[in-house]
Amino acid sequence: MPILTCENLSKRYGTVQALDHVNLNIEPGRIVGLLGPNGSGKSTLIKLANGLLTPTEGQILIDGKAPGVETKAIVSYLPERTYLADWMSVRQILDFFQDFYGDFDRERAIAMLSHLGIAEKQRIKQMSKGTREKVQLILVMSRRAKLYLLDEPIGGVDPAARDYILNTIIGNYDPSAAVVISTHLIADVEQMLDEVIFINGGHILRHTSVDEIREEMGKSVDALFREEFKCF
Amino acid sequence: MRWEFHNDAPIYAQVMERVERMIVSGALTPGERLPSVRTFALEAGVNPNTMQKALTELERGGLIYSQRTSGHFVTEDQAVIASVRAELAELHTDRFLQDMRELGFTSAQTAELLHRKLENKEEE
Repeated sequence: MPILTCENLSKRYGTVQALDHVNLNIEPGRIVGLLGPNGSGKSTLIKLANGLLTPTEGQILIDGKAPGVETKAIVSYLPERTYLADWMSVRQILDFFQDFYGDFDRERAIAMLSHLGIAEKQRIKQMSKGTREKVQLILVMSRRAKLYLLDEPIGGVDPAARDYILNTIIGNYDPSAAVVISTHLIADVEQMLDEVIFINGGHILRHTSVDEIREEMGKSVDALFREEFKCF
Repeated sequence: MRWEFHNDAPIYAQVMERVERMIVSGALTPGERLPSVRTFALEAGVNPNTMQKALTELERGGLIYSQRTSGHFVTEDQAVIASVRAELAELHTDRFLQDMRELGFTSAQTAELLHRKLENKEEE
């Protein structure tokens, strides 16, 4: 059974059609790239999946259920912007996550943090932007969730931090969970994706495996994306 | 360090070729146990599903074998390794010849250049 299903899903903001009758299934065990230019509907789709927005039409189901308390318990969401209060220490944030999420694996988070040399007494405001992004990703990936929704996890970090983030996603791979990564930095994530979704203007243009694109078209996803979204 | 991949072949096929080279060159020795799928995937910077697919394909070809609980091992069958070595040699030679044709070299010119280079190497 798919972990995420969209049936005729539409979202309108006033006169702007952010998503237009989207049909989509994402199966467990897959790492999926949600790829599209700015304003294509990527973030809208992710926000609908975790219940921050409600559909104008159609429905979105997580493990067969509409977004709500039950689905939030199995969806781990990395927003585009950091939401950690900067006066908090790492320990306070760990407590916070443990209180909020039954599936939070504190040991796993501590192991990853100490690997980076981050002490529990350290405060968010003492950290660089790159370190904050890493801490936030560690928290999100330390939940034993069924669906990980990562909105632009590698935007605005240096290449070393980028490698760290991608390795953390691979290292926490769970065959019973799906990972959706929205990004426009395709070349960086391509080698770790099972499948890709091309989205533009609120429409799904393509949903296929990375191997299929490379095998049948003889080109990378990055190259195909550049062709299909060429700016004239 | 993540492995580098080129654009015109599936990632799993490139992972396979890379592992074949590691075995043929002796970086992985006959009977040696491969890292776990997860560790190997991390080393390559690829999805564990991709690594699993590559290893399954290599297993089908007999270059590696798996034991249910203890993972994947390099074959001890030298004949299999020798035949993969020969296949890789063919592949690289074909690529080289293709490149030379694209540069406008005739077969004779390519052969001549190759001889000269090999002779220089021997003198060194």
